[in-house]
Amino acid sequence: MSFTTSVDAAQERRQRWLSVLAKSPADRIDAVWQAFGPVPEHTVLRRPEIGLVMVQGRISGTGAPFPAGEMTVTRAAVRLCSGELGIGYVGGRHPRQAVIVATIDALAQADGWQQRLEEEIVAPLAEEAGARRRRRASAAAATKVDFFTVAREAGT
Amino acid sequence: MYVAVKGGETAIEHSLELLADRRRGARDVPELSTRQIHEQLALAVDRVMTEGSCYDRELAALAIKQARGDLVEAIFLLRAYRTTLPRFGDSLPLDTRRMAAERRISSTFKDVPGGQVLGPTFDYSHRLLDFALMANGEHPAAPTAPVDAAPDLPRVGDILEREGMLEPPPSEGSPHRDITRTPLTLPASRPVRLQNLARGDEGFLLALAYSTQRGYGNNHPFVGEIRFGAVPVSFVPEELGFAIEIAEIDVTECDMVNQFAGSHDVPPQFTRGYGLAFGHAERKAMAMALVDRALRAQELSETATSPAQDEEFVLAHSDSVEASGFVQHLKLPHYVDFQSELVVVRLLRAEVEARRRQAAFDRAAE
Repeated sequence: MSFTTSVDAAQERRQRWLSVLAKSPADRIDAVWQAFGPVPEHTVLRRPEIGLVMVQGRISGTGAPFPAGEMTVTRAAVRLCSGELGIGYVGGRHPRQAVIVATIDALAQADGWQQRLEEEIVAPLAEEAGARRRRRASAAAATKVDFFTVAREAGT
Repeated sequence: MYVAVKGGETAIEHSLELLADRRRGARDVPELSTRQIHEQLALAVDRVMTEGSCYDRELAALAIKQARGDLVEAIFLLRAYRTTLPRFGDSLPLDTRRMAAERRISSTFKDVPGGQVLGPTFDYSHRLLDFALMANGEHPAAPTAPVDAAPDLPRVGDILEREGMLEPPPSEGSPHRDITRTPLTLPASRPVRLQNLARGDEGFLLALAYSTQRGYGNNHPFVGEIRFGAVPVSFVPEELGFAIEIAEIDVTECDMVNQFAGSHDVPPQFTRGYGLAFGHAERKAMAMALVDRALRAQELSETATSPAQDEEFVLAHSDSVEASGFVQHLKLPHYVDFQSELVVVRLLRAEVEARRRQAAFDRAAE
């Protein structure tokens, strides 16, 4: 039972960093990776490949799925010499970002790297994404309508 | 009949060079960057991504530049590019309830929970040309306002559905077909129709939607809700076996509420049509929702008498790449075709002339 929980927790953590990294702008990933410093030997197992994912919508937003249109996606896979396999899937055509994401993913599964990666790469990028989201939301909030209600006079 | 026509290679080559020259325009004007296009002509980019059926802002901007701003040509370029790429798979269905909405309006309820958020819209602009834009001045940043801790935008459809006033959308059915993989066959399922409409030409769908409003298949629509904003795309990579978010994309969706009288089995309730487009494309999403609803005529036991309700007519003519290809192919050499018709017409004319002469001769002889 506790084993399942820890597997789930590990999977959730991996899901989180892969998602944060994929949604970050390519130049930001590049910058934080450059600043991270030396990392162990690794080989690119799957060279970056650009392809398509069919984005599914749902009828009326909540009903049966339908194919809404495709998007470009880049993927890559990296293996550390110690055996950990990392993958990167990122929206758009970003070969370099896909390899960096795969390398971070592999490294985050190796002993002793996860905390530094979280502190120096994943958490700051997640914070930046939050800030971008807040900026957009606060511009939208300024356009929210305040209705003036005019009370009708009695008898008219 | 087509016959290979030799010659003209040099003319064609020079024509392509002239095209490139005209694309560049006057050399004393700075060249447009694709970044300028996707930042400052964003809605053109959105249309090309939607009808090109490929979400990639940079590629759509490049296509627009290459096509000299001809959006239908740009859509064609993007469609051609996508055929060179492998398909990694299908995403999980978008959950637009999780949208970080920049705009969200409802024309059915003034006090819709979450409020009417206008976002960036032309709706209240005066449509007067703004000559200040010719002066190239910097524009101040947009005003901001504090954001609720958890801005919750419940769907208008969900609210009406709970009351039983609105039909629920069809839930998961059999695995749908994908018209980029298997050819369109009729009658088409609703998911197939929606895929076709999503990549369909905006002008064509707009005219059809307008025709339903003018009485050709009236379906009495209200905008239940329009929302535009960023939604995460989740995908299950084969190597992982669990879902990760691979991107955040901007989409526009329109949930249209329409009248329906009810039947023996169904008490009166409103029906719906749905539109979804990449980027900010409200006119497209609304037209799509109206045509989607019109195409449900048969399912809702309505008499289908108008073009917008005719599935074969709509689905077979909605694609701008197909339509423009077939219309424009008339420019290609049809010399032999035409020669044979010329021979036939000359023969027919000779016969008519002969008959007339014979008749005149007969009259004279009488």
